[in-house]
Amino acid sequence: MNTPTPVLRLENIVKTFPGVRALDGVSLSVLPGEVHALMGENGAGKSTLMKVLGGIHQPDEGQVIVNERPVVMNGPLEAKALGIVFIHQELSLAEELSVAENVYLGELPTKGFGRVDWHELYQKTDAILAKLKVGFDAKTLVKDLSIANQQMVEIARALTVEAKVVIFDEPTASLTDAEKRVLFDVISDLQANDVGVVYISHRMEEIFKITDRISVLRDGQYQGSVATKDTDEEGVTQMMIGRKLDLTRKESNHELGKIALEVRNLSSGKAFNDVSFQVRSGEVVGFYGLVGAGRTEIAETLFGLRNKSSGEILLNGEVIDVKSPRDAIEKGISLVPEDRKGQGLVLGMNCRDNMTLPQVDDITAGPFVAEGAEIAIFDQYRDSLDIRTPGWKQDVGNLSGGNQQKIVIAKWLSMKPNVLIVDEPTRGIDVGSKSEIHKLLRKLASKGLAVIVISSEMPEVMHVSDRIVAMYSGRVTRTFECGEVTEDNLVQAISGVSKLA
Amino acid sequence: MKSINVKVLLKASPIWIFILFELVFFSVAGSYLSLSDKAFMDVDNMLLLLKQSAPIGIIAMGMAIIMINGNIDLSVGATFAIAAIVLLETMSSPMFEGLGDWVIPIAWGAALLVGTLLGAINGLIAWKTGVDAFIVTLGSMLGFRGLVFMFNGENPTSHLNWTLVDFAEAQFLGLHTATWFLLVVTAAIWYLMNRTVHGRNAYAIGNNREAAVNAGIRVGPHMMINFMLIGFLAALSAVVFYSESGSVNPNDGQLYELWIITAVVLGGTKLTGGSGSILSTLGGVIAIQLLRKGLGHIGADTSTVNLVIGSILILVLFLDRQINIKGREELKV
Ligand SMILES: Nc1ncnc2c1ncn2[C@@H]1O[C@H](COP(=O)(O)OP(=O)(O)OP(=O)(O)O)[C@@H](O)[C@H]1O
Ligand SMILES: [Mg+2]
Repeated sequence: MNTPTPVLRLENIVKTFPGVRALDGVSLSVLPGEVHALMGENGAGKSTLMKVLGGIHQPDEGQVIVNERPVVMNGPLEAKALGIVFIHQELSLAEELSVAENVYLGELPTKGFGRVDWHELYQKTDAILAKLKVGFDAKTLVKDLSIANQQMVEIARALTVEAKVVIFDEPTASLTDAEKRVLFDVISDLQANDVGVVYISHRMEEIFKITDRISVLRDGQYQGSVATKDTDEEGVTQMMIGRKLDLTRKESNHELGKIALEVRNLSSGKAFNDVSFQVRSGEVVGFYGLVGAGRTEIAETLFGLRNKSSGEILLNGEVIDVKSPRDAIEKGISLVPEDRKGQGLVLGMNCRDNMTLPQVDDITAGPFVAEGAEIAIFDQYRDSLDIRTPGWKQDVGNLSGGNQQKIVIAKWLSMKPNVLIVDEPTRGIDVGSKSEIHKLLRKLASKGLAVIVISSEMPEVMHVSDRIVAMYSGRVTRTFECGEVTEDNLVQAISGVSKLA
Repeated sequence: MKSINVKVLLKASPIWIFILFELVFFSVAGSYLSLSDKAFMDVDNMLLLLKQSAPIGIIAMGMAIIMINGNIDLSVGATFAIAAIVLLETMSSPMFEGLGDWVIPIAWGAALLVGTLLGAINGLIAWKTGVDAFIVTLGSMLGFRGLVFMFNGENPTSHLNWTLVDFAEAQFLGLHTATWFLLVVTAAIWYLMNRTVHGRNAYAIGNNREAAVNAGIRVGPHMMINFMLIGFLAALSAVVFYSESGSVNPNDGQLYELWIITAVVLGGTKLTGGSGSILSTLGGVIAIQLLRKGLGHIGADTSTVNLVIGSILILVLFLDRQINIKGREELKV
């Protein structure tokens, strides 16, 4: 069998940032028509490698070779001109502008004297959107779209040029199943046209479904590549973290306590309707449903971010009225939000201060913030969540995507709440830390916390929850006790098949 | 139902509704207090108001694009004064004595060129040093003003050219020359911001700088162009104004930057950049002028005017926050 010439090769790429050797001699090749998975723990250097490829970072050492010719790229447009398109991990959109302007950002079509050719712009964009089967048009403002649809705008950028290589950096983190299917169709179309696709994701089932080859990075070093069909989850995990994962759930037989949180017939506008459930202290209750089923909105209501239109919330048997997040925190309710970049982090602030932000009032010595206490909190969670950062002084904006997530989680865990709500806790988090977070949630429950886990990943809810509340379009369709849940009846419950039970 | 409609309306064109409110308020209050026997909404009065809006309005158009781009320029008032001196000095310079009225285009050209250059200096420093535009232009505001005083001490610089005065006082289709300048500048800047790549990129940069950089947009050159534009417009404003008045004091243009920024913010442009409308900026300019004139009409003194405008600015920003919150009905502030 003769192997085709790679469309793209990387040779011995080194990239350092102050205090971090993010890439340490990485080599990689991408063949035409293959889907090449790039895997590794949070902070392993995946995004950095792709930014080198996309012309955003210049390598300190090493060569990028496109079609067997060494190239130097001094910016994203030069990379694009070579046929390399990069879909970013974090949404990289100008929200106040239209979808079309975002899809063609940086290269709006013109008709002389720098005037934008709107006709062409809208026409081309609408053609791309039609391929993506999305429900909005080129003139829609990006700020009016859901996060999932914004992600689709990013993906539309892959189709604006005759690409040779398209890089997807965790594209599915906030997509619903339907959109995922469209994305996978787009990828197989690209593949059929001999485009090389680099695909970064922490979701194993996707990797094994759509990729041909897997390359692994660990701490900035290249660990090797394998054909997807020759390996399995365990093998990849071993390559990524250097050891096997312990996926068993340790049953701590702690007693469930009193009902900590109870919700009776709660409704909020159109978001959700007539929702009732209870959470005991010591219990983990999973909320499972499709994106948009109303789970996040329930969490927002419990946390005082959203007004309820009717119903009651009871905390330890007493009816409460949560007026604001501050109020919620005082009552012992914490929320790890879904949109962490937007709601959870101050990107220009360092790791420690981000983590201790909500409790800074409490850790004071006289009129000053007690530095030592702050650093102690930081150290504790850096270790237990395995946060990769050169030190607490690093700006959160410079951390890898997954490590930013961990900072937010740490921030709310360190508040020592009674009721902890986590919304999509492991989105964008690598397999190793994922199981750490699951263990941590179980451990918190065993210490008497009432924990609510909102997740769109079935293995996750089934793994961490004692009970599962299934939701469909703003309503609770069924509540599963431990033991009675199977994949089948869970899928039914969230797709509205088994109507109100 | 009703209240939602009001909200939609307020969201779409709040500044024009505010102007309408001002007109009604001052007319009614004026006649009720009967402090002045002239009606407020008199045509001549309104035309004069537009003319008086022009100096600030022309610069405000430049400030709008600077702010949409995510920067700010505090040096416009000083640039305005320097351009005025260049204009009047060139016209009275013995070098051009034999030219008669042909000195006018030369003087205009010189003033506009100097304004553009001063803007370019701001832009270049902010671009190449990476220092925040706020700091850069704070420095140049002081520096440029220093130049004005170095030139002629505390003395005014004067020169009156009657051809120019006639030109400035002319009315075409009822509107004064200055008003026409304001309207043409507004139209041109509107076109620039809504129809050209430069304008759209400026929005993108102000809205999400990182995304713009990732997409290969070169932030520096766009910023540079915008600073040159605002320098040009500050000089144009001076040219239009001093052609008629003919005398510039070294303190002229002081606090202009604050009035201008107030007008732009009233017009709905975000301080953080990325969003704002040129037409609403025109509305902001007119609204402020109306307030100043209207409060004068009902007998308020200058300090009261400033107090009221300050309070209104804060109120507007607060209302804007209230109206633009996500998921209006259920989500809290
Ligand atoms: N601009 C920067 N300045 C300083 N350090 C950086 C910068 N960008 C990345 N790093 C560091 O480089 C390392 C690799 O980060 P990178 O974003 O490539 O990780 P990743 O593999 O994409 O992780 P994730 O799965 O969490 O997205 C991290 O330690 C990160 O903190
Ligand atoms: Mg990454």
